[in-house]
Amino acid sequence: MSDRTEAPARPPLSAILFDLRSVIGLLFVVYGLVLTILGLIGESPEDLAKAGGLALNLWTGLVMLVVGILFYVWAFTKPPLPPERGVTDDDEEGGPLQGHGH
Amino acid sequence: MITVVQAQSDLRLDANALDYALVAFYFVLVLGIGLVARRSISSSLDFLLSGRSLPAWVTGLAFISANLGAIELIGMTANGAQYGIPTAHYYWVGAVPAMVFLGIVMMPFYYGSKARSVPEFLAMRFNRTTQRVQAVVFALASLLIAGVNLYALGLVLEALLGWPLGLAIPIAALVVLSYTFLGGLSAAIYNEVLQFFVILALLIPVTIAGLVRVGGYSGLVEKITAGPGGAEQLSSWPGTPITEISNSFLSVFGIVFGLGFVLSFGYWTTNFAEVQRALSAKNMNAGRMTPIIGAFPKTLVPLVIVIPGMVAAVLIPQLVTLKEGGVTDVTYNNTLSLLMKEVLPNGVLGVAIAGLLAAFMAGMAANISSFNTVFTYDIWQDWLHPGRADVYYLKVGRAVTVGACVVAIFTAYLAGSFSNLMDYIQALASFFNAPLFAIFIFGLFYKRMTGTAGWTGLLAGVVAAVLVDFLVRADVINVSSQAGSFMGASAAFFVGVIVAFVVSQFTPAKTDEELSGLTWATSTPEQRGEGGVAAEDAGWYKNPVIMGTSVLVLTLVLYIIWW
Repeated sequence: MSDRTEAPARPPLSAILFDLRSVIGLLFVVYGLVLTILGLIGESPEDLAKAGGLALNLWTGLVMLVVGILFYVWAFTKPPLPPERGVTDDDEEGGPLQGHGH
Repeated sequence: MITVVQAQSDLRLDANALDYALVAFYFVLVLGIGLVARRSISSSLDFLLSGRSLPAWVTGLAFISANLGAIELIGMTANGAQYGIPTAHYYWVGAVPAMVFLGIVMMPFYYGSKARSVPEFLAMRFNRTTQRVQAVVFALASLLIAGVNLYALGLVLEALLGWPLGLAIPIAALVVLSYTFLGGLSAAIYNEVLQFFVILALLIPVTIAGLVRVGGYSGLVEKITAGPGGAEQLSSWPGTPITEISNSFLSVFGIVFGLGFVLSFGYWTTNFAEVQRALSAKNMNAGRMTPIIGAFPKTLVPLVIVIPGMVAAVLIPQLVTLKEGGVTDVTYNNTLSLLMKEVLPNGVLGVAIAGLLAAFMAGMAANISSFNTVFTYDIWQDWLHPGRADVYYLKVGRAVTVGACVVAIFTAYLAGSFSNLMDYIQALASFFNAPLFAIFIFGLFYKRMTGTAGWTGLLAGVVAAVLVDFLVRADVINVSSQAGSFMGASAAFFVGVIVAFVVSQFTPAKTDEELSGLTWATSTPEQRGEGGVAAEDAGWYKNPVIMGTSVLVLTLVLYIIWW
């Protein structure tokens, strides 16, 4: 690997956003936000009683939110590499969902 | 195993609009993955084997997710409720050693041969007839099991959400079809990884909330000890509850040899729905790491499957009655849905329903995508219509996906009218793995084993398994059905090896050159994966031997905790 200016270019944003890790991140961030908000505003006493007084929506939401963010961090810090054979076959460089994880 | 989830009003989950919205969002993502994956497909290898491009963590999680279908979720929480901790044997001794063996010993031969499927490997090691016998058997079994998965999904949609069965089955099939048709194996595998995390988002909250309700793990222990199950449901050995063998030594022997060796090695090392995930990895090291990475979640997942089952058995009044032998309208197969209804508030409930539906699709998509590959390569290309351009086989692959889903809908309705028959077929399908494993492992270490010995050993083993199963069902051999399947698999294994050995003495063997890299004696240390690794695979966490040993130690630690 040379450190010349041309080679180590970051893959396009679309390649990162369509990487599997970002898709998992999206699902967990959305689920996490919905559950956290629900946990903060909408948990009735009956809901709380179901889990023995534990604010299940709130805690599940917060954990999912953190997990989702971590997946995004992973996808952005170690972005998918372009395919090994040939730099680009066509305009789909890196190929969304090509998934060269690391 | 799952039988019938009865549609009763007290099983209906109280899903609200928010829950449905969360489920709908999941489906949008699943279909989106299919659409995006479509863009990277240009050859049949891309479609059927993901172009051998996937990183090990993706294939490893898909490896475990393809197995973590809903039949597994529902069946194993049911076993947890009925039998307690011994259920974990299905995960520990019954899976982890075989997965590590696959990664360390067998994968170099599979991946190194560049075979595109298990039957194709058999063609290289043995002959075309062996390939064809195995391809046809596997293709039939896959379609039938896809139908069973689909039928089970339809039942759950009907019972939990109130959708009519006739509508739920085609809708579910259509969803699986659309993403596998668009994105091929990549879409199936990416969705399996997504499913893995959503299933955890179902299981972990259920476990935690359930444990809180029964007063923590110590509260659970107290209630189980005082209950009808007693203390033997809290320790893994000798496992009498699951084997129903009262002699402790024989019970342990049955678990270690029957479940841990013959059944488990047969399933994990030769079932193409699993092996395919490793073959789609980007290089040899990633292929070897695939089952080993999958083994880590496999050791831990019973904590959130078996324990909630045990919680449900002391928390849910109907299950308590059932376990005491009283009359009730629920079965153990209702365990997971009853517990979800009992402990999950709306919101998390929506996530959990998405997880349950995800699990069903994982199972069916794994069957469809592996059927696809075997049919297109082993039956269509290598046998019926050889020598066409690759584009032709890509088209065949897509057409077969549609055909397979349509057939699965029919087998699903068939399963509805003959649910016992489908249980029976499923049991038989698991027997086909044992003789396959027999000729596989024998052929790996006995280079004199011939091509004719391959398919005769395979068929003889299947016949032996069917015969033992018949005798057990007719009560000629008087053992429990579980012990019966251990015996059937063992008989299949030994008969397969013996027939293969005898036939090998009378038929011509392949030369060492033809077998290069296909048997232990005719491979170099490099081909056996004993050489060094490429620079990019340096590091202990990418070393199959170190990671394989670690997961075995982890399993041992869990066994010591729940001895």
